Amino acid sequence: MIDTPSKFLDVNNLAMRFGDGQDAITAIDDVSFSVVEGEVVSVIGPSGCGKSTLLNAIGGLIAGFDGTVSLSNETISGPHPSIGMVFQEESAFPWRSVLENVAFPLEISGMAKAERLSRARHFISLVGLEGFEQRYPAELSGGMRQRVAIARALAHEPKILLMDEPFASLDEQTRILLGESILKIQQTLGQTILLITHNLTEAVQLSDRVLVMTYRPGRIKTEIDIDLPRPRSSEILASDAFGRYVAQIWGHLREEAGRGMRQADHGSQIDKK
Amino acid sequence: MSARASKLAPIATGLATILAVIVLLEILIGIDVIDRFLMPPPSDVFVALPRLFTDENVVPRFFVTAGETLAAGLLLSIFGIAGGALLFRFVILRRSFETWVAALAAAPIVLSYPLFLVIAGRGSATVVLVAFLAALPAVILKTLEGFSQTPGVYALVGKSLNASRWQIFSKVMFPAALPSIFVGLRLGLLVAMLNIVGMEFLINTGGLGQLVNELSERYDLAATYAAILCVILVSVLFFTATEWLERRLRRVA
Repeated sequence: MIDTPSKFLDVNNLAMRFGDGQDAITAIDDVSFSVVEGEVVSVIGPSGCGKSTLLNAIGGLIAGFDGTVSLSNETISGPHPSIGMVFQEESAFPWRSVLENVAFPLEISGMAKAERLSRARHFISLVGLEGFEQRYPAELSGGMRQRVAIARALAHEPKILLMDEPFASLDEQTRILLGESILKIQQTLGQTILLITHNLTEAVQLSDRVLVMTYRPGRIKTEIDIDLPRPRSSEILASDAFGRYVAQIWGHLREEAGRGMRQADHGSQIDKK
Repeated sequence: MSARASKLAPIATGLATILAVIVLLEILIGIDVIDRFLMPPPSDVFVALPRLFTDENVVPRFFVTAGETLAAGLLLSIFGIAGGALLFRFVILRRSFETWVAALAAAPIVLSYPLFLVIAGRGSATVVLVAFLAALPAVILKTLEGFSQTPGVYALVGKSLNASRWQIFSKVMFPAALPSIFVGLRLGLLVAMLNIVGMEFLINTGGLGQLVNELSERYDLAATYAAILCVILVSVLFFTATEWLERRLRRVA
């Protein structure tokens, strides 16, 4: 008998509406998918398709949605210790050193100082920031600050890492190199990752599977398995297969992105009137 | 430049500038460009300083003014920061009172001192009350600004880690807002000190303000300026104390 990997994260018929009556907006509708342990899944979609809403619902940061989110068969209704989050915006606390930033989740959970600092050092080294423990975020580059945020999210050893466009504010080269770091970390820890992105290259570089979302209301339009060998490095970007996957995803995304752009243009014309 | 030299350079530059201004004043007053009956030469002011100790009882007066400033500062820290935090936390309070608080900041509260004399009597309580009320809006508004300008993602980080409300406030929101809160406190202390010295000057209850008043009425200009130097010393002391406290709090948070 062949063992099929069991569902680890299970999102079932998730829907989220904002506002009431005629002004109500359905951000996401009927979103269902699952992630198995150790898998990296990307959700890609045009701006405004509800990607971040989806991630915040899974991370327990917003309430009032329809449907269910469960992790290892446990229904998620709020922030959960098994979930780690990395945000799009720079979130490293400027008043804390790198070491204190990474130790923050362990401090919140009440771990003794010596133990939490030792564990924080381990994750700092994992993201390649050893030697920078006593530096403050203002002394680091944007890419390094985002690595601090990743190390902090990993410090309490979550079962799944939710990443909301973590490289959006970085330049392309830093983004590719950070992608490499994520691949190494994922391989070392066997970390399950759900990544929200609008970057096609990033999605293919990092993922085992890519979920393409429609423009508002956000639904899963299609699912594409990325059958590229692991371990991966950024060299994979030059392969033919990589280019074909990017083209395939863009083929699905193009219509949705166009729809989003037309809607945005329409909205700004109404605003002008 | 060595690390030690680069650390000392700003201090040395600052002190050298003050010294240069003193020497310049001495020269300008010496050659009658500045009338010595308006401003005594700095050398006369320094000569007058010991007289404040021997004849004018400056030490207890210094402690009266410093004590009143400390009391006003403590009240400002408690009510100003709490007020700003409440306005941030409750939108209804913010919408209702923010404009009023801003208007209060522009109100010359010191002019209503006779009313406070009736309420709190002729003494330090009135001085502290007037100073506190005059400085309170600055602390409230800067605290509110500090919390409002804290990026929302910081609180989300805490929330995603299942931090309690108190942990999010004490370990995230408060330290993030600290720089703005301390700008408000320093501004508040400045306004408070102006009001304290002004009130002491007006109602003659003691302190350095009363000393300045007495010396100026005696036309002892050198001693008057020496007493003003003591007022500046109180101000510098509190400024340094808030800087130290801010550094400590940031480290603790």
